[in-house]
Amino acid sequence: MNLSLLVLAPLITAVAVLFCRGLNRVRWVSLAGASVQLVLSFGLLALYWKERAAGNDAAMLFEYRHAWYLPLNIWYHIGVDGISVAMILLTAIVMEAAILVSWSIKTMSKEFFTLLLFLSAGAYGFFLSLDLFTLFFFLEVSVIPKFLLIGVWGSGKKEYSAMKLALMLTSGSALVFIGLLGLYYHTGGAGGPHTFDWVTISQMQFPAEVQRVFFPFLFAGFGIFTALFPFHTWVPDGHSSAPTAASMFLAGISMKLGGYGCLRVAVFLMPDAAREYSPLIILLATIAIVYGAFATMMQKDLKYINAYSSISHCGFILLGIGMLTRTAIAGAVMQMISHGLMTALFFAAIGMIYDRTHTRLVGRLGGLLKIMPFISTIFVIAGLCSLGLPGLSGFVAEITVFMGSWQHAGEMYRLATILACASIVITAVYILRATGQVIMGPVREPQYNGLADATWNEKLAGILLGAGIIAIGVAPFWLNDLLASGVGSIMDHAEKTSIIK
Amino acid sequence: MWAGFIFSLRQELIVTGIIFLLLFIKVGATEYKTAVILNLVNGLLLANFILGFIGCQDSILFSGMFHTNKLLVLEKNILNLGTLIISLQAYDWLKGHRQVLEFYLLLLATLVGFFFMISAGNLLMFYLGLELSTIPLAALSSFDLEKRQSSEAAMKFIMSSAFSSALLLFGISLLYGATGTLDFDTIGQRLDGSAFQLFAFILLLSGFAFKISVVPFHLWTADVYEGSPVTVSAYLSVISKGAVFFVFIQVLYTVFKPLAANWYRILVLLSILTMVTGNLFALRQDKLKRLLAFSSIAQSGFILAGITGSSRTGDASVIYFILVYIFSNLGAFGVVSLISAQTGKEGIDDYKGLYATNPLLSWVMAISLFSLAGIPPTAGFFGKFFLLMAGVGKGNYVFIGIAALNMVISLYYYLRVIKAIFMESQPEPIGKLTIPFLPNLAFLICVAGIIMTGLMGWVYDYIYSLSIGL
Repeated sequence: MNLSLLVLAPLITAVAVLFCRGLNRVRWVSLAGASVQLVLSFGLLALYWKERAAGNDAAMLFEYRHAWYLPLNIWYHIGVDGISVAMILLTAIVMEAAILVSWSIKTMSKEFFTLLLFLSAGAYGFFLSLDLFTLFFFLEVSVIPKFLLIGVWGSGKKEYSAMKLALMLTSGSALVFIGLLGLYYHTGGAGGPHTFDWVTISQMQFPAEVQRVFFPFLFAGFGIFTALFPFHTWVPDGHSSAPTAASMFLAGISMKLGGYGCLRVAVFLMPDAAREYSPLIILLATIAIVYGAFATMMQKDLKYINAYSSISHCGFILLGIGMLTRTAIAGAVMQMISHGLMTALFFAAIGMIYDRTHTRLVGRLGGLLKIMPFISTIFVIAGLCSLGLPGLSGFVAEITVFMGSWQHAGEMYRLATILACASIVITAVYILRATGQVIMGPVREPQYNGLADATWNEKLAGILLGAGIIAIGVAPFWLNDLLASGVGSIMDHAEKTSIIK
Repeated sequence: MWAGFIFSLRQELIVTGIIFLLLFIKVGATEYKTAVILNLVNGLLLANFILGFIGCQDSILFSGMFHTNKLLVLEKNILNLGTLIISLQAYDWLKGHRQVLEFYLLLLATLVGFFFMISAGNLLMFYLGLELSTIPLAALSSFDLEKRQSSEAAMKFIMSSAFSSALLLFGISLLYGATGTLDFDTIGQRLDGSAFQLFAFILLLSGFAFKISVVPFHLWTADVYEGSPVTVSAYLSVISKGAVFFVFIQVLYTVFKPLAANWYRILVLLSILTMVTGNLFALRQDKLKRLLAFSSIAQSGFILAGITGSSRTGDASVIYFILVYIFSNLGAFGVVSLISAQTGKEGIDDYKGLYATNPLLSWVMAISLFSLAGIPPTAGFFGKFFLLMAGVGKGNYVFIGIAALNMVISLYYYLRVIKAIFMESQPEPIGKLTIPFLPNLAFLICVAGIIMTGLMGWVYDYIYSLSIGL
């Protein structure tokens, strides 16, 4: 399969949208484009399984290389393993849902959908990249659409949030940039041909002192994207000011770019440093989990609740990565996917509620189950997934992370695991409290009584995301199998190339 | 003999030919239509640009005074392209101007000066070319004839230029005293790094630093950019600076190769100072022209970072960046020029709500600014990436760390403008503007350049194949 199609499909759609006239045509073309992406991703999944079943056990499948900047040895190099396939699938699902919930966007709808599609092209490219330059290129591509989406269509203090998000994420990129250059110039020996090629670099061993210097740049740089404490401050502002679709994308996909980068680039290419820095990573992740959970308790705005809880949940990703055991890393990747679906669904539900009631304050909502049963249901599903109810994806991911963490016998690691587990209780408190107040009880304001339930497009978006959550929750094996080879190769690689045993 | 002469000098001769043609029109014609002249000149500049692509071979003329090779021809052609874009953008402003012919006479004279400067094989030739370009530039700065600010800018420019020329001449004379020659190749052989030679070199460097507005020699930049007509500011920031950078890197990498260890440290220091100062001052500007002036100072710092790479990639990245910079900066200046010509508004606050009335201009501005900030998929990203990548070639990661931090700072003020255009509103936004054909064409070239240059790797490959290393 030609993987470049995944990047080209949204780009072509974006250009097509620009030439559309009339709101309806813009919507339908965007939806068609997103559906093509979805079909392509499922096609990729099927092909991937077929290849694997046929006994193809190469680390990367469907590789494609094209010289880009030959004098600098920069290639456009793409390929997928199980982890990338899963992330691509997640992106396609969230994208489809994001387009569906944006049906009601009327101001500058053409620009809105174009930017949204542009954003997804960057995410696909990022997950496909096997060349670090290509990867960095796609990581940075998202700055323009994110800034404009939040700043133009957002709510609240949107300009401030857009600026903060753009600057903080670019700082993250700047750190990644330094780390990448450090890697590049330490490949191929003095004066030799340097390379950005991930596959080539992964066969090299960097001296411990090189890893020690450049690992923090890469990890912290990608970490900023995934709300690494103390660089998480863009998350609440950015998520809550963004329009619904952008929030879904930011929390669902964008934050996962960071986790994927930490794993694929920082930990994979510099396993020794990862081991050395692991206590620090665990410490920061635990702080993020506990602090995020407590901060969520104090929030009154639904979007802020989800944003802060995202900090807490993304802490699990970093915790899993920092533990460096097979199970924990598999759990971290599962958490990326589970959180991507869950948070997108949550933001979608919040957006739908806000569209109707024009408030997101928990105190001013109440009894929505009676008025809008569908929206309330997906709200509850997302909430329960967030607090880790068995049968939903959140439980599967978190329990895997905890089991993997417990395998690490160090005292500090044990303590971190216990604290992280305990934070689930706090999660339950804020989720149940919010759900109770918003969904249950008497209808708070009389004018809510006449409000309509979800329209067809919103229902479709909710069902799509909800189905994903339940599919993972009920039958986690397929996802586990999909991820296993990728996670396995990361750990094999870490053990094989490690200098310090 | 003559054929070889003409062929080697063809770019200079074509531009000189255009100058004479315009001069004859000026002297001979009793009356002419401004629009006709503008179309004629733009056509000729286009022809000049296209003719520049004709292949050439290396040759040395006038007993070593004038060199030419593929790299120099390419550099001159990059300047040709920039001049063409600027000329297209100036259409709106010049349409209502009384002295169109004089404007082009002066503008093209500076271009010829730059050409000779780039091709110089001798310090005298270099100085001649530089002065040929500097003095008409001062006249151009005062081309907004009714504005006092414009004359003030010209005055400032001529004073600071004179000062820098004096430094340069002093350096040249000392260097002559130290080495006994003005010839570039011979100077290179006779340099031994003595204190006297270093002193001469530093004077020479200061002269260069003035022209490319490197801190601490940047003080003239913002005032001159602000006072001059936008077209001239654009020319100063792109063509003038680009040409001097071309010569600068050539001279450093060939003539002053023996002093590489010395200038490396100086350049790192100057680069950091320039980036930081340019960016910090740009943060507080309210006028777009001043903002672009300080941003162009900061960009000089980034280019210096590329030069410190002292390798073939360094040379290639600088030339590549200047090409990209021409597209990006001219895109931004083009919008400012058009809006300034039609409404007279130049403040960032005036741009609030521009998107509602002029979506096309807004997108051109946004794409150009994103390219200046170095955000992909624009070409500016590739340009900056390669500059810093070359700069880190010597293993100085702290330096590049500071540069990367500066990229984040610079993003803030570029985003401020974009924020004003797309997100804010004001009671009296700029009305709907009509964009004439030629400026529209210029925007198309800029935007196409910004989007395509980075994605097409062969542009860089070609530049790299011609570049020189230390």
